Amino acid sequence: METFLGLYNYWVVIFLMMTGFYTVISRGNLVKKVVGLNIFQVSVFLLYISMGKVEGGTAPILVDGQNVAYSNPLPSVLILTAIVVGVATTGMALALIVRIQEEYGSIEEDEILKMEQSDA
Amino acid sequence: MITTVQIVRVRSLFATVMLTGIFSLLGAGWMMTLDAPDVAFTEAAVGAGIATVLMLSTLALTTRRSKTPTGNKLLPLLVVGVTGALLVWATLDMPHLGDPSAPVHQHVAPRYLAQKEIHGHAAQAETGVPNVVTAVLGSYRGYDTLGETTVIFTAAIGVMLVLGGRRRRDDASSKRKGKAKGKAA
Amino acid sequence: MSPVRRQHVILRVVAKLLIPYILLFALYVQFHGDYGPGGGFQAGVIFGAAFVLYGLIFGLERAKAAAPPRIIEILVSLGVLLFAGVGVASMFKGGNFLDYGVLEHDPLAGQHLGILVIELGVGITVTAAMITLYFYFAGRGRA
Repeated sequence: METFLGLYNYWVVIFLMMTGFYTVISRGNLVKKVVGLNIFQVSVFLLYISMGKVEGGTAPILVDGQNVAYSNPLPSVLILTAIVVGVATTGMALALIVRIQEEYGSIEEDEILKMEQSDA
Repeated sequence: MITTVQIVRVRSLFATVMLTGIFSLLGAGWMMTLDAPDVAFTEAAVGAGIATVLMLSTLALTTRRSKTPTGNKLLPLLVVGVTGALLVWATLDMPHLGDPSAPVHQHVAPRYLAQKEIHGHAAQAETGVPNVVTAVLGSYRGYDTLGETTVIFTAAIGVMLVLGGRRRRDDASSKRKGKAKGKAA
Repeated sequence: MSPVRRQHVILRVVAKLLIPYILLFALYVQFHGDYGPGGGFQAGVIFGAAFVLYGLIFGLERAKAAAPPRIIEILVSLGVLLFAGVGVASMFKGGNFLDYGVLEHDPLAGQHLGILVIELGVGITVTAAMITLYFYFAGRGRA
């Protein structure tokens, strides 16, 4: 029972991760794939943040003179930058999708592949 | 979790994007309960705000519906199932949530939070900033942050280059050939 | 402005009321980041979101008038330069790259100043990058 409670957070994260993964490999629509990657990304963020949590701790903003337990600040720092970088790269991916749509008239993977093959 | 499953199932891309926004907001709430207010802030603003707007504008430029997925459904499900089971098996070795003696908390973090005589904690004594996240971000891992900022800068430049050119219509390929000829001549 | 947009009176009034506060909050998050939760990344994203909201409600043209694309493009690089510039400045003062301690006589004040300036640089870049992304995506449809 204790194992279950202690690891439950990780299992939810893994479920989210696998949902994202499934979206990426099973759906042919490019926007859907980017959404899947985003889900995967957020679940990794949650994994890091879960690791940084300390029981009975508080946010790592220092208070003078008291003996307070703080959660680990390091995962927060890493993920903070990762989120913003993530949105910038998502923007880049979406830009490429827009260009693909303009060039091929479709954002479905199989249709694009078909066009490529008939061209060659 | 239910939101995520729906994201995969719903074929209308519009609904997918909206659900992604909700998902991000829920994620932000979760991070808040895990004592990471800085991260929760960013996630809420980025996930529910900017990412959603970007995806919606992409949809406006492309299509609103995705096709019914064709091909083998079982194989991806199998791959995902096996990977997930392996990961769950791996978590059995992980320290429990909130365990203060976990390996993560043993290495660098105690150094930042160590008690000093003058200003209380090491991070504050060395940088004068009580918010340890800011102190680590700005000072201890300054190189890292500089790199991240450069990545954002590069992404912005990339989007400018990819979308900045004039919009071509469907006869884009023929135009391109014409241009190439023009250059050759 | 298109007649469709004219109809959303509630949205426009609420947005007009909210946007100044969003901007104010972003500035608070930016400059109070050393004492409370916040910093350049968060502030930049919130600031960018305010402009995106403005663009969504009042149309791209007015958003471009409020934040001219030329200036935004310069700001994207200015932020990175500011960050790297602090590093170079600390080198000139005799320290290592990005070693803020030497910026002031008191290393503690130097560190504090260095962190504030680089957070400002990060904030500027992130804001400008977010606005740029929005402008290019929204502008694509009608070019």
